[in-house]
Amino acid sequence: MRYLPLTPDDRAAMLARIGAKSIDDLFVDVPSAAVVDRGRFALPDGMGELEVERHLSRLSAKNLAAGSAAFFCGSGAYRHHVPASVDHLIQRSEFLTSYTPYQPEISQGTLQYLFEFQTQVAMLTGMEVANASLYDGSTAAAEAVEMARRITKRAKVVLCGGLHPHYAATITTLAQLSGGEIIAAPRRPGQGEDLASLIDGETACVVIQSPDVFGLLHDLRPLAEAAHAKGALLVAVLNEVVSLGLLEAPGAMGADIVAAEGQSIGNGLNFGGPYVGLFATREKFLRQMPGRLAGETMDAAGRRGYVLTLSTREQHIRREKATSNICTNSGLCALAFTIHLSLLGEEGFARLARLNHARAVLLAERLGAVRGVELVTQNFFNEFTLRLPRPAEAVIDALVEENVLGGVPASRLFPGDSAAQSLLIVAATETNSTDDIETYAHALAKVLS
Amino acid sequence: MSQTRFSKDHEWVRLEGDVATIGITRHAAEQLGDVVFVELPEVGRSLSAHGEAAVVESVKAASDVFAPVSGEVLEVNVALTDDPAGVNADPEGAGWFFKLRIANRGEFDSLMQQAEYDALVKES
Amino acid sequence: MTMNNQGRPTTPGTAGATLPDTLSGDHGLDHEEKLIFELGRRGICGVDLPEAPAHKARLGGLERRQKIGLPGLSEPEVVRHYVRLSRNNYAIDAGLYPLGSCTMKHNPRLNEKMARLPGFSDLHPLQPQSTVQGALQLIQELMHWLMELTGMPAVAMSPKAGAHGELCGMLAIKAAIAARAEHRPRVLVPESAHGTNPATAAFAGFRVDQIPASGDGHVNIEALRAKLDSDVAAIMLTNPNTCGLFERRILEVAEAVHQVGAFFYCDGANFNAIAGRVRPGDLGIDGMHINLHKTFSTPHGGGGPGAGPVVLSKALAPYAPLPLLVGDANGLRLVEDRSSLPTNSDPFGRMCAFHGQMGMFVRALSYMLSHGADGIRQASEDAVLSANYVLASLKDVMTAPFAEGPCMHEALFDDSFLADTGVTTLDFAKAMIDEGYHPMTMYFPLVVHGAMLIEPTESESKESLDRFVAVLRGLAQEAKAGRLERFAGAPHYAPRQRLDETAAARRPVLRWTEAKIAQAAE
Repeated sequence: MRYLPLTPDDRAAMLARIGAKSIDDLFVDVPSAAVVDRGRFALPDGMGELEVERHLSRLSAKNLAAGSAAFFCGSGAYRHHVPASVDHLIQRSEFLTSYTPYQPEISQGTLQYLFEFQTQVAMLTGMEVANASLYDGSTAAAEAVEMARRITKRAKVVLCGGLHPHYAATITTLAQLSGGEIIAAPRRPGQGEDLASLIDGETACVVIQSPDVFGLLHDLRPLAEAAHAKGALLVAVLNEVVSLGLLEAPGAMGADIVAAEGQSIGNGLNFGGPYVGLFATREKFLRQMPGRLAGETMDAAGRRGYVLTLSTREQHIRREKATSNICTNSGLCALAFTIHLSLLGEEGFARLARLNHARAVLLAERLGAVRGVELVTQNFFNEFTLRLPRPAEAVIDALVEENVLGGVPASRLFPGDSAAQSLLIVAATETNSTDDIETYAHALAKVLS
Repeated sequence: MSQTRFSKDHEWVRLEGDVATIGITRHAAEQLGDVVFVELPEVGRSLSAHGEAAVVESVKAASDVFAPVSGEVLEVNVALTDDPAGVNADPEGAGWFFKLRIANRGEFDSLMQQAEYDALVKES
Repeated sequence: MTMNNQGRPTTPGTAGATLPDTLSGDHGLDHEEKLIFELGRRGICGVDLPEAPAHKARLGGLERRQKIGLPGLSEPEVVRHYVRLSRNNYAIDAGLYPLGSCTMKHNPRLNEKMARLPGFSDLHPLQPQSTVQGALQLIQELMHWLMELTGMPAVAMSPKAGAHGELCGMLAIKAAIAARAEHRPRVLVPESAHGTNPATAAFAGFRVDQIPASGDGHVNIEALRAKLDSDVAAIMLTNPNTCGLFERRILEVAEAVHQVGAFFYCDGANFNAIAGRVRPGDLGIDGMHINLHKTFSTPHGGGGPGAGPVVLSKALAPYAPLPLLVGDANGLRLVEDRSSLPTNSDPFGRMCAFHGQMGMFVRALSYMLSHGADGIRQASEDAVLSANYVLASLKDVMTAPFAEGPCMHEALFDDSFLADTGVTTLDFAKAMIDEGYHPMTMYFPLVVHGAMLIEPTESESKESLDRFVAVLRGLAQEAKAGRLERFAGAPHYAPRQRLDETAAARRPVLRWTEAKIAQAAE
């Protein structure tokens, strides 16, 4: 086996030093009833690289990769172009094959990029502090709600109707454990929501997503005011972080906690994971924040350096009193995010965002002009909802035949909701050429005719 | 005339009239190492004896501070919030945590005297 | 002979006794590197993007009014910055990484290559399911491996890390108890457990009740029995345990737990010691997460991302969270909501958006296929052999609380050999950095004073282990001989000396700000 350096002679010599006759002597504590024969497993024996590549390439080839089609899916995962240097850098051994930076003297590489990442996330979201990342946007949103409940010591959580349903389900699963009461606002695709009337003196937080799952943009300011007036916090959720290149930061609109999916920057679609959860808040709530934090300090020689800090909030010290049970971050995905955003800089990030918006505006015009199709979302960033004259799922399946992955039917996200049957959620990014957009418009017209 | 008593959880209590000042002992502060954060109770909160009252943290440990006696919180040492090192500098003086109006004098009387506490520390 | 006709000296010469510091502040390959925000400037960009064509904005007046403040840099500057940062990190690719309970084993690059096949990496989680059948097959194949190796009938794939898997397992237990209309608020956790166990149990809404340690590093079964009652929901037990020992009375534990109607959750962090030799399903376990980033070698990446699928017993299987993967005549299908559940399924909810850590699934399966069932068994045996070899080679100079052995995949030492030397566990570990090694896990498990937990893994050659052993023996002897200069203030040869963690925690600086430049300039 190519990954195992010990030879039979080595093993014999090592057993001799230990004073064991055979490897079985080292497993004496295993009850004999639980010892399994080699032949017990219905699993193959080892393979060489070539065979493994052959096997997995065959599975890969059975899928329709986004890049092989005209591609317009969003709904929480977005296809952007990632510069080649990003993937090269994150594959450097020192980043890829290191552990959590518990020994800061020999982990400054990781600690410094986490500090840079935290700074970037705080800047983008308009917040004071950010952590070193959580698993993904949905778990970040669930942690945000738990944090708001700890801070306010209240039970009620108001979820906007435009919240991504997977996020709502993740939040609900977690909140119910500790007696949280979820109040889900009705869905109003493409329309504003009246959440203020759902907030009362028992409300811990109100969760608003903008752009929402239908692509609609919301002004957070009136809602922040309404929440704060009742002593509740505003949790802002984002699926598409590139929107912050063009749109007002949630922090500038009064959000108290921002939970966002960071996949769009630096990270591929990967069929849903691994992604990177962005989590930012105000400094006064720092001690209630979950997750790892890198902080600046000095070494014994007076040189600037970084360490993991405020870890008394975390499980390995606080155990059952920890702010969260999270024991990791999404380190390498956070690194990809940081490198990509460093390459973009202020100018590139704004340009990327404008490009996304322009593509989506063009796509909305073209698709909206197809007979029988209605544009449901009037104000959007790079994603919007269409109402089709037929059930959207069948249309999407038919579009696959035209080599178009035309978006996500709302029925996949809201099964059983008859109003969602005809809705289609469509996203466009800088990766969509004008040809792609024309291809889609023609294919949609053909499928609907 | 004030009197000082000690709890087995390494808190000290100094009683003046019906006002008790509470902190952690020198021994506890030494064991904890450099204190980096102190969380104090809200003024006006009523605490019960042996209940969690405050939190004191070093880099690698977080410890609860218990109220050795019951009472209502009158005042907290906000200076510690800005400068937690004060706990290490003078744990049994300027590094006090909070003051209580005690509810039950008997609870105070049942705590340890200095000599008794010193013996406990020596044993451990 | 060949003349050195350039007049260049070709021998190293004699180093001066006291060297002046360098002019640049850098030292050979060791470069000081500023923050990216201090390197950038306005008017430059490392990505060439076209300007957006003219369009009528539809942003509803919500345009950003303020600049973000991101620095501008060209591509070579960004590449150099992160390459330089990377060189300040220790890595398993560069040396033995003996962190106990973390499993720093070799990360094959084949796995990276496979994860980047466009049919996996460039796949949207909500594409029509007919277009992702290969990806679903891969998940199914991985599920088969996990269920076979553990002897368990079901597996939930969506948890994103070990602790997330623990939570998933405990929620399944909670749901099973609710389905029986029982009230079981208490969860038993041994003192020696990973911190995630009590944190998870509390997060899941249970009350944590600690089982005191026994003197021999195994679970105290009498203490456990004393705490078992009809209000106990579960025990959370790590096996092999955090002292690196196989819980030899595990069958009794399972029986006692089941007798009171409670569930047996196993922390599978140490599955890598027994994979291919022991099936947790044969030990009476009801749920166990598997850290794909440990046992199946997906890279740790400086602290994530990982993946933590959870295998479940028949009793817990119905409560596995959404989404579920089911197969029928039309192929494989993801069940993403409650409207189309298979029979006997009653998911407790959802752990996260989408279907789990696909990128990690591909890497783990690539690793499993490379090893095969035979190779996985061999890897476990080599990991255990190497740990016992380290234990046997060091126990005369370092003190091992359970020296009689055998241990599993990690060797535990305590600090009694350092008593009265003036050297602490921390000093000893930091001195290892100067010797070119990453320290072992220190001060964990909590039940052993000054613990040092060494996990060499199966990835080291005998020569590598011998060299490591020689260095540790040398350090132990130096400590006992009172040569403290090697330890006090170590490391001396790392990119940084010891960092002031107290100052970092007292006055947290968690981000760069523009104001700080102004301060620095003063």
